[in-house]
Amino acid sequence: MSKNLPALLLLLLACLGSVILALKLGSVPVTFSDLLSSLSNRQGLHQGLIFELRLPRALAAFVCGGMLGLAGLLMQALLRNPLADPYILGVSGGAASGALLAMLAGLGSLMIQAAAFSGALLSIVLVFALAHGSSSWTSNRLLLTGVVLAAGWNALISFLLVISPNQQIHGMLFWLMGDLSYTQAEVWVFVLLAVITLLSFMLARPLNLISRGELQATALGVNTRQLRLLLFFTASLLTAVAISLAGSIGFIGLMAPHMLRLVIGSDHRSLVPAVVLLGGTLLILADTFARTVLAPTQLPVGILTAILGVPTFLYLLYRNNS
Amino acid sequence: MSTLRCKKLGVVIGDTRVCEDLNLELGDGQSWAVLGRNGSGKTTLLHTLAGLRPAQQGSILLNGQSLAEQSKKQIARHLGVLFQTEIDHFPTTVLEYTLMGRHPHLGWLQWESEADIAIAEQALQQVDLLDLKQRDISTLSGGERRRMNIACLLTQAPDIALLDEPSNHLDLQHQIETLSLVREQYRQRLLLMSAHDINLATRFCSHAILLFGDGKLTHGTFNDVVTTASLQHLYGVAINSVQADGHTLYYPA
Repeated sequence: MSKNLPALLLLLLACLGSVILALKLGSVPVTFSDLLSSLSNRQGLHQGLIFELRLPRALAAFVCGGMLGLAGLLMQALLRNPLADPYILGVSGGAASGALLAMLAGLGSLMIQAAAFSGALLSIVLVFALAHGSSSWTSNRLLLTGVVLAAGWNALISFLLVISPNQQIHGMLFWLMGDLSYTQAEVWVFVLLAVITLLSFMLARPLNLISRGELQATALGVNTRQLRLLLFFTASLLTAVAISLAGSIGFIGLMAPHMLRLVIGSDHRSLVPAVVLLGGTLLILADTFARTVLAPTQLPVGILTAILGVPTFLYLLYRNNS
Repeated sequence: MSTLRCKKLGVVIGDTRVCEDLNLELGDGQSWAVLGRNGSGKTTLLHTLAGLRPAQQGSILLNGQSLAEQSKKQIARHLGVLFQTEIDHFPTTVLEYTLMGRHPHLGWLQWESEADIAIAEQALQQVDLLDLKQRDISTLSGGERRRMNIACLLTQAPDIALLDEPSNHLDLQHQIETLSLVREQYRQRLLLMSAHDINLATRFCSHAILLFGDGKLTHGTFNDVVTTASLQHLYGVAINSVQADGHTLYYPA
């Protein structure tokens, strides 16, 4: 941890930097002095723009990105599979199916969120019930059940897209690729992220052990049965909340934990706080670019997480090989 | 002072009955070998004794208290296991891996101190791996990995050590050095190892359990239980022995 303190501080700075960037950039550019005067005496030129539009959106991006990153980290420790992310267990497929059904029924955005959340929970319960089965659920069985369910959800999603009227398809596609335009992150979402981050940090040593082998972890005194359940439900909850707020934003849950492992190692005491900061920062940056690169057209943020993420990830993966 | 006691223990895995109605007391200063053919249940017995899988009948008492009633952490302070190879999933350094052994001794939220690191480094030194402490574990050879696992066990320093085929992957030098080291450290404590190499077992074990794979087993002091006749019965091949340098050496006839 102490050797990773500089890296964590750097991440914190990057996070603050990304918030500033998110406040400055947009159809109406905000200069640094405007920003400072708005922040200091709360009555600058762009008061409303900054405090009512851009700051809430940046904070929403941060909390969703942080939740997705942390969910990915916990899932990877749980399944001991580097490919695990919140999406692989079919959670996002369930959420998307729920959301699309609500859209098709012409329901409002709050109901769409509720439907997405219910879909995610349904998927979680299904995976758990099926994979739990007879004896112990091995991680491979859990993973396979999730993948198969996800395929089923995908078929349902395609079906819903095909039968939907043309004017709704655009909104549905945006939802499927993640969109923060209408996201309202209430205080409880931040509290939830803070509580689970703290809990995961307190469980960092057991997390280190279980990610290196379940039998070994049990023999070294970790109650793996309890820990697995806890990880499964916290990671699923984080994913369900993030997706129901912002749509299915891919990639952050997979990418953020791996990028960090490549740079700061595999100790969860550093990984847990770092993954929240990095996930949040990545999503703020992606969202800021999503609403500015082709302005006034807004892009789904999922496109940007991939465009930013793929080259960075590949660079980190291969930089030690040469 | 530690004891491991089986009371009317019955262990079954799949169709194999490993043991039935077994009453056995293992105590300090003893070093047990578990011998048997492939699939006779050596690993299963070991895992059951460590509380990693439930016994079908009877109970196991660690220091007088049933394993099932003790928390995993409580057990891990007294009893440690060396597993057959495990796969690694994420990059980890040799030192980080070895430090896992300190887990049962650390409190909630407590981090490894300098003293813990010193213990792990000493263990790595003893298995001849200190130079590789910053290496990623995926770059280790099979034998180096085995020695790292043994270092992890020494770092855990339990009163009772259960070793699943400890000499696997080790070259001749490290077989002798590592097992001598463990035996020496456990001279006053309890050691139990499953093994295929009878001659290593002869050298390092005072007692033996022979698993016949049909629920029958024999146990007792090594020289009482292990004879050419019992080994022939156990492995189903003709076996001879010679005396050399005060040791009995067994070989297939």
